[in-house]
Amino acid sequence: MPDAPSPVRIKRRLPLEWLGILPFVAFALMFLILPTMKIVIGAFQSPDGGFTFQNLIDLNTDSIRSAYITSIELSLITAILGCAVGFAMASAVVFGGLPKRVRGPLLTFSGVASNFAGVPLAFAFIATLGPAGLVTLWLKTEFGINLRAMGFNLLSFWGLVVTYLFFQIPLMILIIIPALDGLKREWREAAQVLGATGAQYWRMVALPILFPSLLGTFALLFANAFGAVATAFALTGPQLNIVPIKLFAQIRGDVLGNPNLGYALAFGMILITGLANVIYIVLRTRSERWLK
Amino acid sequence: MKRLFAWAVLVSGCLFFLLPLIGMTEFSLKMRRGVYSFDAYVRVFEDPRFWETFSYSLTLAAATIIFGVLLVVPTAYWVRLKLPQARPIIEFITLLPLVIPAIVIVFGYIRLYNTSSILPLTGSALGTDILLTMGYATLALPYMYRAVDTGLRTIDVATLTEAAQSLGAGWFTILARVILPNVMTAVLSGAFLTLAIVIGEFTMAALLNRPAFGPFMQLLGANRAYEPPALAVIAFAITWGCMGLIQLVTRFSKHERAKA
Repeated sequence: MPDAPSPVRIKRRLPLEWLGILPFVAFALMFLILPTMKIVIGAFQSPDGGFTFQNLIDLNTDSIRSAYITSIELSLITAILGCAVGFAMASAVVFGGLPKRVRGPLLTFSGVASNFAGVPLAFAFIATLGPAGLVTLWLKTEFGINLRAMGFNLLSFWGLVVTYLFFQIPLMILIIIPALDGLKREWREAAQVLGATGAQYWRMVALPILFPSLLGTFALLFANAFGAVATAFALTGPQLNIVPIKLFAQIRGDVLGNPNLGYALAFGMILITGLANVIYIVLRTRSERWLK
Repeated sequence: MKRLFAWAVLVSGCLFFLLPLIGMTEFSLKMRRGVYSFDAYVRVFEDPRFWETFSYSLTLAAATIIFGVLLVVPTAYWVRLKLPQARPIIEFITLLPLVIPAIVIVFGYIRLYNTSSILPLTGSALGTDILLTMGYATLALPYMYRAVDTGLRTIDVATLTEAAQSLGAGWFTILARVILPNVMTAVLSGAFLTLAIVIGEFTMAALLNRPAFGPFMQLLGANRAYEPPALAVIAFAITWGCMGLIQLVTRFSKHERAKA
């Protein structure tokens, strides 16, 4: 960029301005687009290099299918709960008549918590809800409630759900508070003047306006959970059968015994998170029209 | 009534967030039987691998931030000044790392830059470090680009550029001495967020087999009882510190602007 010619001297009509983003394009190609293309192309290649659908067909085994199903369930449930709880907390702060001082710390904390994912988060939950965790022991000694006997195991599907909520809820709060702020007082007043009840206002005015950003955030949370590796790996080790963990094991040691099947597994992940994010981006551009 | 309900929702929500934090802190202090002590922290700090991996990740974070700033600031500036028609494409690319899971990106790296390829980056330690830095720059790209682009929106890029040019400044001077100081708040916010992301990152470092802090934490977690929660407390403090610094620089710059 610094040695790009000064535009004053350019008389040719060659689109030299495009040279300015050349470093960025080169970076994006080398470290984002080409690596992804390599995976996508690999998913449609046979071991000898020919074109094939066989890898995608081979994904349809019991173990891989159940990994996808568990992953999708995990992402759906944490996204639904994350949205619901995050929305409840955000609307408590925005509409509940709480003092203004609550808001800043909640937003700051949400920023921290949504970034506190991965290995340390798993440790925090093991220390709290694990077999010797604070809450587990407290429930046992004070109330005689044995979480394990009740079927709760942190190192299982539902344990993962609870742990993922620690970063899903704050992400929802961070995104939805600005959206709730965007609901104009005038709309509520106009609805009241026309005789609407509170429930009617929510059902017929507020929710339809918020709907795109709610659904959009839902898609983002879904993709966020679907691609997460570190938290699950630190919590359950390589056993739990979800797609990111399976892919992790495959990259490390070709556990599927077929490199191209690994590409197909990764391609399935791109497809699912890609779809979730397309929904997010489309709905966000729609909702931004209202939130000026 | 409504206010009571709002308080109930907020307090029970906060309880969910506080319990794991209390849990990890309490557990990390329990190493010595019967009394609270900092033994687990002493163990962690005495472990040479802690300092090795931590400084490795810190170095990589610094490299990522420097590279990210050098890449993003000129690009965002140039797009605003000369190539507004390229904006949608650039923005789309910067959002891609949110769409493609990190594990897939690093899978691509391993297959694209292996020892039998044209650019065998994974063949040497330095090459792998470079690859990992590029991977982290990719992960941080959405946040860095958005921060810098928002910063550029608040200043008049075209006028500043023309003013600098009429005073005889070249492109390097314009970027380094006019544009960069003006978007410093945004750059610092992006930098601290990058630090928070990179310092404990696990997936990419583990799969590229580099001695970073994230894989070290995971390894300790699989073998020890009391050190992992101590590490969690440290990691949480770092994340909190990064977010605090972001707030600080933002508030500081608002203050400056209000005075001006």
